[in-house]
This record gives sequence, structure tokens and C-alpha cells, in this order.
Amino acid sequence: MNVFRLTGFLGLALVVGCGDGDQGGGCTDQFAVNYNAEATVDDGSCKYDADGPFSVDKQAIRDTYAEIVFASYQDAQEAAKALQASINDFVAAPDEDKFEACKQAWLAAREPYGQTEAYRFSNGPIDNEEGPEGYLNAWPLDEGYIDYVEGAPNSGIIHDLEIYPSLEKSLLQQLNEQGGEENVAIGYHAIEFLLWGQDDPETSTLKAGDRPHTDYVSAPNAERRAEYLVLCADLLVEHLGDMVDTWNPEGGEYYQEFMAMDVNLALQQIITGIATLSKSELAGERIFVALDNQNQEDEHSCFSDNTHRDIYLNAQGIANVFQGSYTRPNGDRIEGVGFIDLLAKVDSSLTVEAHEITAAALQNSQQIPVPFDHSLTLETTGGDGPIMKAILSLQKQGDLFIEVRNALRLEQLLGTS
Amino acid sequence: MKQKIFVISAIAALVTLVVRCSNSTTQVFDQRELLPGGALNTVTDKSVNAFGLASPALEGEQELKFFVGNSFFNQNWVSAPASTTARDGLGPTFNAHSCSGCHFKDGRGRPPAFEGEKGTGLLLRFSKGANGDEALAHYGMQLQDQAIQGVEVEAEFVIDHKRYKDRYEDGSTFELEVPTYRLQNGAFGDFPADLAISPRVAQQMIGLGLLETIPESRLDELSDPDDANGDGISGRKNMVWNALEEQYTVGRFGWKANQPTVAQQVAGAFGGDMGITTPIFPDEHCPGDQLDCANAETGGEPEISQDDFDKVVLYSSNLAVPAPRNAQDPVVMEGKAIFNEIGCAGCHVPSHTTGENAEFSHLSNQTIWPYTDLLLHDMGPELADNRPDFEANGQEWRTQPLWGLGLIETVNGHTRLLHDGRARSIEEAILWHGGEAEGSAQAFKRLGAEDREKILAFLRSL
Repeated sequence: MNVFRLTGFLGLALVVGCGDGDQGGGCTDQFAVNYNAEATVDDGSCKYDADGPFSVDKQAIRDTYAEIVFASYQDAQEAAKALQASINDFVAAPDEDKFEACKQAWLAAREPYGQTEAYRFSNGPIDNEEGPEGYLNAWPLDEGYIDYVEGAPNSGIIHDLEIYPSLEKSLLQQLNEQGGEENVAIGYHAIEFLLWGQDDPETSTLKAGDRPHTDYVSAPNAERRAEYLVLCADLLVEHLGDMVDTWNPEGGEYYQEFMAMDVNLALQQIITGIATLSKSELAGERIFVALDNQNQEDEHSCFSDNTHRDIYLNAQGIANVFQGSYTRPNGDRIEGVGFIDLLAKVDSSLTVEAHEITAAALQNSQQIPVPFDHSLTLETTGGDGPIMKAILSLQKQGDLFIEVRNALRLEQLLGTS
Repeated sequence: MKQKIFVISAIAALVTLVVRCSNSTTQVFDQRELLPGGALNTVTDKSVNAFGLASPALEGEQELKFFVGNSFFNQNWVSAPASTTARDGLGPTFNAHSCSGCHFKDGRGRPPAFEGEKGTGLLLRFSKGANGDEALAHYGMQLQDQAIQGVEVEAEFVIDHKRYKDRYEDGSTFELEVPTYRLQNGAFGDFPADLAISPRVAQQMIGLGLLETIPESRLDELSDPDDANGDGISGRKNMVWNALEEQYTVGRFGWKANQPTVAQQVAGAFGGDMGITTPIFPDEHCPGDQLDCANAETGGEPEISQDDFDKVVLYSSNLAVPAPRNAQDPVVMEGKAIFNEIGCAGCHVPSHTTGENAEFSHLSNQTIWPYTDLLLHDMGPELADNRPDFEANGQEWRTQPLWGLGLIETVNGHTRLLHDGRARSIEEAILWHGGEAEGSAQAFKRLGAEDREKILAFLRSL
């Protein structure tokens, strides 16, 4: 995504001079240690170092981010543990009420997790080589890969006793995305499908999936289905635990790497991450595709019809990072330093623009009528409906973040700290 | 929004060298190599997503269409009829349910890890006759080893392995694995003895639109079919049938450069590998006696609409190229020098400048670093599939681009290389080079362990 870091660096090559500068000129870069506010012509004499202007602000942004990331993964794991507990409770003696409790716990678990997606696409541990992202949140999901679907009663791993005589965590993890990206076996959306079942293709009923709880009592392979569900919940808690551990300020592996990194690189990765989430993943993959295809199969949480929350929570996660604050599920707030605070010191007109654009993105993300799968049938990609409005403002926000990245000189200053 | 950032970065990219004031004699590094997809189409991601990102210069409506293309690239097609009409029409016979089944995360396929493992991204082409254009009765030109319900699978293949040991000049040994392919359980009769089989794995999808935009005049400039310059390398273009233009045009894509355009490559894969008919190839593949196949329900004519097909082509044309890692590490720089010294760059030509792309302006006039000449070279009998493909004979292969090479392991979790994934590492892939590349491969074998490691470090950095 960030070609600019490289080219920005090349741009720097332009101003690395060999002389003492032109007479009457000076260093016009406010990020340099020898910034000369009087100078009108840059003579290439700028010098940079780790303790230059704004370095304290940058460190504060980084520290706030690390604090928010750790707290929000803890919250996501806590909520997943609550989901795990209600699932265990349900499979021990399945009934309608306990089934409903599982669904409520799943919805609650999505709230903190959705905000943590702002840490993706930033060369961080969530979606790096060994990262668990695909084990947690892979979608869209081909239902028939896991369980029965309309017209195929024996479909899926659950009914395939011949090839998979016994179910284990390691097996399900190995089968995840095997042979195609839609062959999702585990994660939030696998659990969602096991709780709700397929969504009604007739979206005008405004109903989510309606799997009967008897699927876990009297239906074919009911016990195996229960086993599958329990394994998914266990894996979910484990994979979130990996993120909690690695971001732990008390010796977490990635936390240490992150804090030791050039602060400009750290910030550059963070803001590139939220730019990518806003513009590509959220505006593009998660919203526009469903609208353009007019297809609920392309909505993020299609079984539970919770996509409107997915969209909003991603947008909120982006705002958390940009502003340097986070509200925990219990109402506690972490308030620190965000990109917007440093931007305000550096470029006042871009700051005004940033306030407008980010407020609009958050607001438009919240104003998509529920349920999303029905709303998308009520507008077109060329129109000015609420979904299209959200798409365009999230795209705009992604572009803004790239501008902010340039305004804060995160590429050019790489290696100076 | 303020001015376009891309303009700025493009200008900055024109600056080639960092001018140093000291008298340092370090090797000059061309800064543009940090932007292998050019200033507008490079990303610095080195995660599992590295092959799957849009060109950063893709904007507005085109950017949004990219994601729709991606959704069709990833989605599992289902057999017709289905409630979701936009995604039915799989098969009747097929190799994979989705593009991403073979190009997982837009990356590289591999041979099956055990007998019967399906959909890993290796398929078999076959043909009869000296020109490789004669289809096999009842089986066609490609083995489809899966089928929808109620339709017979054509056949299965088994891979047998032989191993042979050899040694480097310095005495250390290596072992290569030689695969041979056996067809079994043919549903429509035995396979003839003179059948030519060509196994091929799925390649990573990065930078395809850029390769398409390299001017043909550049390929002409690089080709030397009669080795007039006497360097032992005689690259030549493959001229292949262009279904849209209805004439032969230069081939650029596929292991034997047998596809002229990204669009036709995509259509070929939809039809041959998934059984999805497209505007370019509207016919189902049900050769000869495959009556169940011929009578199966279709998912529309064509099964993927022009509009959705175009989006998959847009997607496939605009996947950004990941930047090299550690490009300026001294060991990597030395490795690159040796790579050039022993003649690898004779075919793996490092850099080109693209021409004009009317549809995607950000692909125009980009200086790119794919390390290929897109030409056919005789790679010797050991690597040969002995199956001609248009003008490519049974020993010729297109020079494989090397960009993204070091990220395949990250993205796809394996290090299998070459047309059939026989090489288990970059090192083995080099050792398989024969024919026109024999000299370079021998030179590699003469190097000491340290220098060999330097070359590998360079290749892993790409």
C-alpha cells in the first residue's frame, strides 16, 4: 500500500546537498533540528535526529497505540471466554434459552474484536506470517464446507465421518482455508454459522438465520456438531490469547519489537494499517462488493445479520487509533495522544479537514439501515444511498490518512531516530 | 483533497542515485529497484497479504471494482442450479472450486502432498501429435480430476518420484527429486502411449498488468532466436492464438507464454480449471463421450457475466508488486553481483519500462523489475515436459519472473518452484536449469557455499 515511504525517501535524496547551503537560505523543514522559521528558501542544510522536533509527540502516539492494542485484545479475549462459557453451558444440556444466550454472547464478543481490526495491515502480529487473523475472522464462508445446507443434508466436515473420524482442534485448524479462501472451518464466522445457520435468501423478511437448537439434540450428527462448536470456541480463545501475550507490556514478544522500532516506522505502519482498513478492506471488500453483487453472501456477518455492527466497529477502531483513545466494554476510557494531536501542531488546515472527514466516516458508517442485507437491495452503486455514502467517506478517509502520513513526514524521517 | 500524491512520488522516483559526498566505494544501488512495480504499483507489505494488495494508484471506481473482482476470485463456485445465480455453474468437470483454490492468497500452487490431495494448484495439460494442438479423444486438452454430483471424474493422476544425487564443486552434495506422472482410473478409456503430459502449477498473480504493458518492441529487442550474439542464449517469442483478435499475437503468460493477455489467461482458467464459461470461451469442456457432462445443467450463458468477468480481469491486472526486503544488505548486493556475473540476468532480465496502457494509466511508463524477458528458452531435456505449446517446443519454457520469489513461503507456506513444483527450494530450482541455462547452472555449482548463499539471499530478497 505504501509506495510513498520509498518515494518519499527518494525525494529526500534530492535535498541531500554537499555544500553549506545558499546564502540567505536555510532549513525550512519544521521537523529538522535546525529549522529556521525565517528562511524562505530551503538550502538543503536540514539536519535530523532522534530527539528532533515532535519526537516526543511521536513516541506518545506510539505508546498510546500499544496501550490501546493490548487493552482491546484483552477485552476481545474476555468476551470470547464468555462466549466459550455459554457454549459449554449450552452443549451440556441444550435448550432454546441457552442457545439464545450463546447468540447474545457471540454478538457481544464481536464488539471489542471489531475494533481490533484497526491493527491489521500494519506488519503487526495479527496478520503476519504466523498471524491468527485467518483463524479468527476468515469470511465469506462456504457453509457447505462445515455443515448441511439447503439441498445438501450430508454436506461438510461435520457429516464426513469417513475422512474425519474424529474432530480435533489441530485438524479443524489445518482444514481452515484448505483448497480455497472460502473453505473457512473455524473462527467467529464458523461459530456464527453453527449458531444461526444459513440466512434466508429472501432478505425482505428482515430475519437472520434460524437454526433450530434441536440441531444439537436430535438432528443427524448432533453430538458431533456440538463437539465442533466447542472446539471452535476453544480455538478462538487461544488465538486471541496469542495476541494478548505478544502485545503484553510485561515482556510480550511483539511489544518489545514494536517499542524498539524506529518510531517513524512504527507510526508509518500504524497509519498505513488504518488507511488500508478504511479504504480497501472496509469500503471495498466489506461494503462495496456486497452492494455491487447485490448479494448477502458477500456481507460480513450474513448468518446473524450483524454486518452493520461489523462496519461501525471497524470504523470506531480506526477512530480509536487516529485519536488515541479507546472506550472499554466496562466504560473505562483510555485517553492518550493520537495522530490528530500531532497533526494539529504541524498543519492546521489539514487538521480541520481531518476532523471533518473522520467525523463523516464514522457517522456514515453508523447510518446504514439495518439489516444490511436488505438495505443493499434498496440502492445501487452509482447512487447516493446510505451505503454508497459510507463507502465514499471511508475511501476519502483512507486517502486522508496517506496525506497525514506525508504531512508528518513519516517516510522521510525513517532512520533518523 | 489536495494534489495527487502520486505525481510527487513519480517525480521523486526519477532520481536514480543517492549522491554521496564521501569517497565511499560501495556498490552503486539503483534506488528504483526498491520500487519493482514502478513508483505507482509497489507495496511494502511482507505479510501473508503481500501478493493480494491493489496497486496503490488504483483509485475511485476502479479501486472498488478491484474488490468485486477479488470476491469472484475467492468465491467457491457451486453447481447449477443454485439460489445464488451469480455463483453457479461449476464444472461439470473441474480442478478447483475457485481461483483462490489454486492461487491461494493470489500466490503459488504446489503439487499434492499426498496421493489424492485435491485442489492444491497443480494441473495436467495433455495433447497428442507433434504440435501439441491435437486434443485427446474423450479427455480434451486438460485433465479435470474433480466433477459435480452425477458426473464422472475423468481420471486421477499419481506422482512417482525418483531421486538423484549430485555434488557441488566444493564436494557438498545435493539431491533432486524427479517427478513422473501416472494417469489412472480413466473413465473414458485408456490413455495412449504417445500422450504428452504437461504438469503446471498456479503462479503468483502480482504485476500481471505491468507485464502486459511491456512493449512488444522490447521483447523483439531482447529476442535472439538464432543466437546471433553467440552468448548461448536464444530467447524467442511464442506467437499464440488470440481469441478476441482472432489472430496470432505474442504470448506473455503461462509457463510456456501460451496466453497473450491477462483477459484470455483468466478466461482460460475459468473454463479449463473451473468449468465456468466466459464471454471469451463460451463453451463447456465435455469432450467425446462425456455425456453426463454435456447434459449437465449450466449456470447461464456465459456462466460469469461480462461485467463480473471484466472485474476479475481488472483485479488480475492490478495486483501490486511487493518491494524487496533487505535490498541494500551487503550480502544481498553481492549476491546480485554474482547473479549477474554468472549470466542469470541473460534471461532473467532485471528491468523494463512499460509502454502506454489505455485502460490503466498507472501501469503506463513504469520502470519495473520483474527479472524476466518473457521469452522462450530451451531449458534442456531434464526439465522438459516434451509437450509443445503453440511455437514452444517440448523443451522450451518462458523465463519465470522472479519478483515476489522470496515471499512465496510467507504467503503460501511452501517453497515449491518450477512449472510442476518439483524444486523444493530456490537452490534446487537453480540446479534444475539446463539447456541455454546450463552454463549458469554449472557456474553456480562451481561457487563456494558462501557465494551460493549470497545468490540465494539475493533471490529471497525479491
